[in-house]
Amino acid sequence: MSAVRKFLTSRGNSAFADRCFHVLMLLCALSIFGIVLFILTELMHTASLAWNKFGISFFFTAYMDPATGLPSYWDPVNGHFSAIPFVYGTLVSSLLALVLAVPLAIGVAIFLTEMCPRVLRGPLAFVTELLAAIPSIVYGLWAVFILVPLLREHVNPLLISTFGWTKLFDADNPTGLGYVSASVILAIMILPIISSLTREVMIAVPHSQREAVLALGATRWEMIRTGVLRNARIGIVGAVILGLGRALGETMAVTMVIGNSPEIHRSLLANGSSMSAVIANEFAEASGDMHRSALIEIGLALFIVTIIVNALARLLVWAVTRGAPARVH
Amino acid sequence: MGVGIEVASLNAWYGTNHTLQDITLNIPANHATALIGPSGCGKSTFVRCLNRMHETNPIARVTGTVRIGDLDIYSDAQPVEIRRRVGMVFQRPNPFPTMSIYDNVASGLKLNGYSNRRALDEIVERSLKNSALWDEVKDDLKSKSGASLSGGQQQRLCIARALAVDPEVLLMDEPASALDPVSTSKIEDLIFQLKSQYTIVIVTHNMQQAARVAEKTGFFLNGRMVEFDSTHKIFTNPSDKRTEDYITGRFG
Amino acid sequence: MSVNQTSFRSKWRALTDRTVTGLAVLATLLVIAPLVAIFVYLILKGASSLNLAFFTQVPKPVGEVGGGMANAVVGSAVLLAIASVIGVPIGIGGGIYLAEFGRGTKLANAVRFTADVLNGVPSIVMGLAAYSLIVLPQGHFSAFSGGVALGIMMIPTVCRTSEEMLLMVPNAIREAALGLGLPNWRAVLSITVKTASPGIITGCMLAFARVAGETAPLIFTALGNSFWSTSLNQPIAALPLQIYVYALSPYDDWHRLAWAGALVLIALIVLAVSLVRYVTSRGVLKGAS
Repeated sequence: MSAVRKFLTSRGNSAFADRCFHVLMLLCALSIFGIVLFILTELMHTASLAWNKFGISFFFTAYMDPATGLPSYWDPVNGHFSAIPFVYGTLVSSLLALVLAVPLAIGVAIFLTEMCPRVLRGPLAFVTELLAAIPSIVYGLWAVFILVPLLREHVNPLLISTFGWTKLFDADNPTGLGYVSASVILAIMILPIISSLTREVMIAVPHSQREAVLALGATRWEMIRTGVLRNARIGIVGAVILGLGRALGETMAVTMVIGNSPEIHRSLLANGSSMSAVIANEFAEASGDMHRSALIEIGLALFIVTIIVNALARLLVWAVTRGAPARVH
Repeated sequence: MGVGIEVASLNAWYGTNHTLQDITLNIPANHATALIGPSGCGKSTFVRCLNRMHETNPIARVTGTVRIGDLDIYSDAQPVEIRRRVGMVFQRPNPFPTMSIYDNVASGLKLNGYSNRRALDEIVERSLKNSALWDEVKDDLKSKSGASLSGGQQQRLCIARALAVDPEVLLMDEPASALDPVSTSKIEDLIFQLKSQYTIVIVTHNMQQAARVAEKTGFFLNGRMVEFDSTHKIFTNPSDKRTEDYITGRFG
Repeated sequence: MSVNQTSFRSKWRALTDRTVTGLAVLATLLVIAPLVAIFVYLILKGASSLNLAFFTQVPKPVGEVGGGMANAVVGSAVLLAIASVIGVPIGIGGGIYLAEFGRGTKLANAVRFTADVLNGVPSIVMGLAAYSLIVLPQGHFSAFSGGVALGIMMIPTVCRTSEEMLLMVPNAIREAALGLGLPNWRAVLSITVKTASPGIITGCMLAFARVAGETAPLIFTALGNSFWSTSLNQPIAALPLQIYVYALSPYDDWHRLAWAGALVLIALIVLAVSLVRYVTSRGVLKGAS
C-alpha cells in the first residue's frame, strides 16, 4: 500500500494552485466594483461634451426662445438641450406610480403574511414572483394594446369629469397616452417588488411581538398595526424606496405609453417623456455628437440617482432583516 | 503500520478563547487511544489540531509542537500533506452526496489525480472490506449514491474513504454518537481490528466505549489534560480526584 | 365608561378589523388581476400566431402576410451565448469567493451590497456603457456589443444566486473534503460546487430568462436586424427588440407577431421561475442531511 503513500507524497502541497485559485476568485468578486467604475468612467467620458457646454444647469434651466418667450427644452436641430422635461416626467410618473402601488402592495403583503390561509400562500407568492419576472417589453405591449384603450375609453373621461377642476386633468390628449398611463403600468410593475420586500420585513418581526399585542386583547388589525407594521416600518420604507428606484429607471413600458413629448405639461393626461424614455427613443438615431452626449448625460444622472436610491433602500431593508435578503430581486 | 504522536506544550485559541492549555502527551503507535471528558472540555479541538483542521477556522491559532512520527506537522509540512497522512472520521457521517459509493471511497485518490483504474478497484475493495462494509454494498458500488445508505453504513463508508488514502493515523471524533447501538458495536469491532494497522485516536463521551476499545485513555477538563494513562488504570484507580469524579458520574 | 360606550368601541374595533381584512383581500385581487389579464391576452392574441412559421421564417416585407421571427429567436440565442461567456464564469467565481473565502468579511459584505444595488440599475445604462466602450470606437453597431451589455448585467445576478446555493451546502461536506487531504481548490470545485451545481445551474437559468427579455440595452448596441444574421460584428435581431419595433408599427400583421413573440418570452420565464422554485424547495442536495 505504500504505493498509495508514495503517489500522494508526490502530489505536493498545492500551495501555489490554492493561492492562484484564491486570487482568481477574488478578482471575480472585485469585478462587481469594476462594473460600477466602468460604467461611471465610460459615461462620464462620453457625457463630457454636453457637460462642458451646459454644466449643471442642464438639469435646471433651459434655453428661452426669444421669438415666443417660452422655453425650448429639447431641440437637437438647433443644439438646445435641457433635461427638465425628462426629469419632470420621471418624477411625476414615478411618484404617481408609488401613490397607486404602495397601498395595494402593503395590502397584499398584509394579506399574504397575516391573513391568508396557508394553502394559498405558496401559489400567491409564486404569482407575485412571476409578476416581478415579466419583462418590461411584455408589460409595454399589453399596456399599448389593452391598458391604454381601457384608460382612454373608461377611466380618463371619469378623471376629467370628476377632477377636471383641479386643472390636473385636461381633455386635450385623445390618444390615451401620457403620464397617467405610464404611472398605471409603472405601478403594476413595481407592485411585486414592494410587496415581496414588505412581506420579508414583516416576516422578520418576531412572533413574540405579535403575541404580546394579542395577549392584551387586540383585534387582528390592531395586532398587525402595532405589533408588526410599527416594528417593520423602517423596512417598509426601504421597500417603498426600492420600488421608487425601480420606477425611476423603468424604460420600455414607459417609452411605449408616455407619449414622448419633450415638454412639460401640467395635465396628467398629457403626453410627456421620461429620462429613460428619451434615451430609448432618440439614441439610436441621434443627430450628432452633442445630441448623443446630452442623452448620455441624462443616462449618467439616471445611473447615479438609481444607485443612491437603491443603496438607501437596501440599507433600510437590511436594518430590519439583518443580513442579506433571502431572494435576489 | 502506524506511527506514534508526540504532543508538546500544545496551546490552541479560537480568537481570544484559550481552548487548549499546555497539552503534553505521547500517543503510542498501533494502539487505540481514547480521549474522554465533559462537553466543551477541548477534546475535539485537540484532535483537530492533530491534522491541522483546527486551522480551517480563520480565527484559530496554535502554539507548541505536534510530531507525527518524525515530522513536526506545523513547521515541516503543509496542511494538505498532513491530512493525507492523518485521516479523520467525523461525528456525523458526511459522505459526498453527488458521488456513488465507489467514487466516495476513491475520492481521496481520484481527486488527487490517481488514474490507475485497476489499482483503484483493488483499493476500494480493500478499504470497504477493512471497514466491514464490502459485503453489504459490493453489488451496488457504482449504482448507489453514498447518501442513500443507512446512518451506520454511511459512517463505515466514511471510514473506508479515510482508509483508502492509506493514512498512518486515524482520528475519530465521536464516530458512533449519531448511530444506533447495533451500528455502534460494529464500529467498535472495526476499531479493534484496525488498530493493529493504524494508530487510532478516538474522542468519545461514552466511557464504556473507551473502556472497550482503547489501551490508553486521556481525561480532558476545561482545556487541560488532567490524566493520561492506561485505560485500566484510569477506570479502576485514577490518580487525580477530578478524573475519579468524572468517572463516577459526579459531573459531566 | 358607560355600557353603551364600551360596546360601541368594541363594535367599532370589530368593524375596522373586518374592513381592513376586506381591503387586504381586495388589494390582492387587484394585484392578481393584471397578471391574469396579461396572460389571458397573451394567449388569446399570441397563441394563434405561434406556429412553425414563427420559428422558421424571417419577417416578410411590409404588406405581405405571414413570416416569423426566426431571426430574432436565433439572434437572442446568439446574444445569450455571448452574455453567458462573460456573465457565468465571472458570476460563479464571485459567488465562490463570497461563500468560500470571504464569509463574514467586510469585503464580502461590500461586494454583496454592491451586487444587489447593481441589480436595480436600469438596464439602459448598461447599454449606454457598452455603446461607449465598443460601438463608439468601432464605429458600428454589433451583436458583440449587445452581448457584452447583457453579460455585464448577468454578473451580479449570477454572483448572488451562486452564493446562495453554495451557502446551502453543509459545512460537514467541506470538512470531509479537506480532511481527506484535498487541496482547497479541488475541495471547492469538485465537491462543494459540484454539490451545489443543480442550484447554481438553475440560478443561471433565471439570469438567462431575465436577460433574454431585456430590450433597452440592445436598442443601440445590437440594434436589431430584419434579416438573417448571426455575425458577431454586425447588428443582430433579438426577440424583445423585434417585439418593440412591431408593437409600435401600424401593421396588424406585425402586431400579431409581437404578441406571439411575447408569449414565447413569457413561456421561457415561467419555465425558469418554476424550475428555480422547484430546485430550492426540494433542497439543493438530494439525500444529504
